[in-house]
Amino acid sequence: MAGGHFSRGTFQWRPFHVIVGLIFLAGLIVTVLRFTGGLGTVTNLDDNNPWGLWIGFDLLCGVALAAGGYVTSAACYIFGLKRYHTAVRPAILTAFLGYALVVLALHYDVGRFWRLPYPIFVSQGTTSVLFEVGLCVFLYLTVLFLEFSPAALEWLGWKKVRALVVKLTLVLTIFGVILSTLHQSSLGALYLIAPSKLHPLWYSGYLPVYFFVSSIFAGMSMVIFESSLSHRFLHRKMDERHIRESHDVAFGFGKAASFLMISYLGIKLVGLAMDNTWQYLASSWGGWFLLELIGFVALPAFLFAVAVRDRNLKLLRFSAVLSVLGLILNRFNISLIAFNWHLPAAERYFPSWMEIVLSIFIVTLGVAAYRFACIRMPILYDHPDYS
Amino acid sequence: MSISRRNFLSWMGAGGACALSATRSGASPVQEFPGYAESYAVLHDSTKCIGCRSCEQACNQVNALPKPEKPFDDLSVLAEKRRTSAGAYTVVNRFFDASGQTVRYVKTQCNHCLEPACVSACFVKALQKDPSGAVRYDASLCVGCRYCMIACPFEIPAYEYDEPLTPRVMKCTLCRPRIIEGKLPGCVQGCPTRALSFGKRQELIAKARQRIWEHPDHYQDHIYGEQEMGGTNWLYLSAVPFSRIGMREDLGTTSAPELTSGALAAVPMVAGLWPVLLAGLYAISRRKDALARSEQKNAVAETVNRAQEETEAKLAALREKMTREKEAAISYEVKKALDEAAKQAEAGEEAEPDGSGTKSSKEDT
Ligand code: SF4
Ligand code: SF4
Ligand code: SF4
Repeated sequence: MAGGHFSRGTFQWRPFHVIVGLIFLAGLIVTVLRFTGGLGTVTNLDDNNPWGLWIGFDLLCGVALAAGGYVTSAACYIFGLKRYHTAVRPAILTAFLGYALVVLALHYDVGRFWRLPYPIFVSQGTTSVLFEVGLCVFLYLTVLFLEFSPAALEWLGWKKVRALVVKLTLVLTIFGVILSTLHQSSLGALYLIAPSKLHPLWYSGYLPVYFFVSSIFAGMSMVIFESSLSHRFLHRKMDERHIRESHDVAFGFGKAASFLMISYLGIKLVGLAMDNTWQYLASSWGGWFLLELIGFVALPAFLFAVAVRDRNLKLLRFSAVLSVLGLILNRFNISLIAFNWHLPAAERYFPSWMEIVLSIFIVTLGVAAYRFACIRMPILYDHPDYS
Repeated sequence: MSISRRNFLSWMGAGGACALSATRSGASPVQEFPGYAESYAVLHDSTKCIGCRSCEQACNQVNALPKPEKPFDDLSVLAEKRRTSAGAYTVVNRFFDASGQTVRYVKTQCNHCLEPACVSACFVKALQKDPSGAVRYDASLCVGCRYCMIACPFEIPAYEYDEPLTPRVMKCTLCRPRIIEGKLPGCVQGCPTRALSFGKRQELIAKARQRIWEHPDHYQDHIYGEQEMGGTNWLYLSAVPFSRIGMREDLGTTSAPELTSGALAAVPMVAGLWPVLLAGLYAISRRKDALARSEQKNAVAETVNRAQEETEAKLAALREKMTREKEAAISYEVKKALDEAAKQAEAGEEAEPDGSGTKSSKEDT
């Protein structure tokens, strides 16, 4: 399937366009309902469950899965691993789109979206972890925009501006890593304030560290997963060097992710030991907790290792998907499933279909924008004028 | 409020694992905030509460909240446990003793914590602790992120979910406008059994302690709110363990800001140390690159040198060989010529011993 091959003038409807069109339509309807009827009309949120899918998925998973941006650029520019060079642009593009969409989703979720700049420009609530998240996400989005801009500028042919931005690469990369460290971990720290609401197996003083470490391997898995999608759907846009190097990148990240996941398991156990929450493992919550850790961290870590040893690309990609799902499961557990665990079942939250539709809409926007950029801009190939 | 001062750099939390929460690391020098000394408070003696909902009605009136579906004298609403909502800053709930016989009532509203989770959670300072004791909300700053609702351990703040563009967070105000005027909070004034008393927090604690002391059989020996989550400006007395009247006893005495102080203290550490570390890593990788490059250069140079030397050596050898060959050729030629001459001389002697042979040989050359 080489979707979206259209010539000017005679636009051809292909399955991709039909599906995307339908999702956009549904997203539009939910948008109208949200901004005319309020959150109560479109979501299942209530006073006990103020944060739902849009925070648990769009914000928490969105930010974590966009971590490939800082991980890849750090690997390439700071650690000097040149073979990751071809992976930088797609990863930065994903991160930029990811963060932009996170911010877009927040416009739906918060009460008065035009006040989103308030914490930075009007009244700074510096005691809040959310303040730190907001500030870092705002700054990082700017950094990502700059990091991504050379590709767009090459496309536009603005050589002078591009040359200027390219000079900033190292500084931007360092900034990106600092800001990412801060807000990736802060997203976990958001929940530190609610020990009475989050199940003790998931609550830990180490939550910020867990969030940070898991964002790294999730970001790597996402890079692997995406490159497999690019191979499939955007192959014609990849030049030889990208095709050649992308497998090395995938195996390199697979190996690193495997190590990180094992140390993640280690610090999770340390957390259990520190808070002495072992006894909960015997409950059904414990089963669920172990499923997350064994099925979606230990297993992919093992499979990554096997895939790297055998240079088995298929297995590698499968492990990447598993690890991405594991990250989503973890964020769901912390924000939705194990959160408010003390409440009776009737007061628990389950997303409404409109919340789900909007999240799908946001993801689709991201995919469409990614595809748009990859088709036009030098993302998966080197621009001949600049290589 | 001095919350920011409380976020003392906790080296332990920062240097160690980034974010050991202060409670757990135990080494964080967080200052205790005893609360505003002169702050007002309310003591709710739940043993005197009869579940009449008068306080709910009074609260509804003084805050001009919308009329509820069922009137306030309809006690059937007590059949279900309710929580505060956008339309009701306070609710009364009914509980039964283990035997199922004795009925207990308790009123719920914002507890106006001394160090409120909601205040420390708000990223625009829309919630503030006031010296009066009230935790105030400023709708003109609120973004509507609802993190305060996540943070509140008592599950108090509610939200106007049906407002599309201007939703507010709704919660009890401690009737701050009224107490500034010298009036009692609406609910306190409305309570027919004096289950609610208003006063300075310190005085109310003393009063509560006295009641417990005078009637030890009647009360639990615990003032709920004296220590819970760092202490609150709403205090409770009960005849039964508080968990039996729907109040959590597992909240501990750690105030909310302490829970996040470790993580916040790590921020300047990360921001300060990361650039140095990263720049260092970069320098190392650059050096490695440079080393690799210079090694490569050296290697290339060496190869070139060696190649040159080799060529030279080869050339020299060739030259030598050629010289040798030339010499050989010359000596060979010389020898040949000599031989020839000798042969001719011999032949001449044989044919014309008188010398004609010599002549002819001269003509040849
Ligand atoms: S103090 Fe005022 S706002 Fe709070 S519950 Fe009483 S009447 Fe309502
Ligand atoms: S009870 Fe909840 S809403 Fe009221 S001050 Fe405490 S944390 Fe804030
Ligand atoms: S909802 Fe409003 S009051 Fe609550 S934390 Fe967010 S901005 Fe602050």
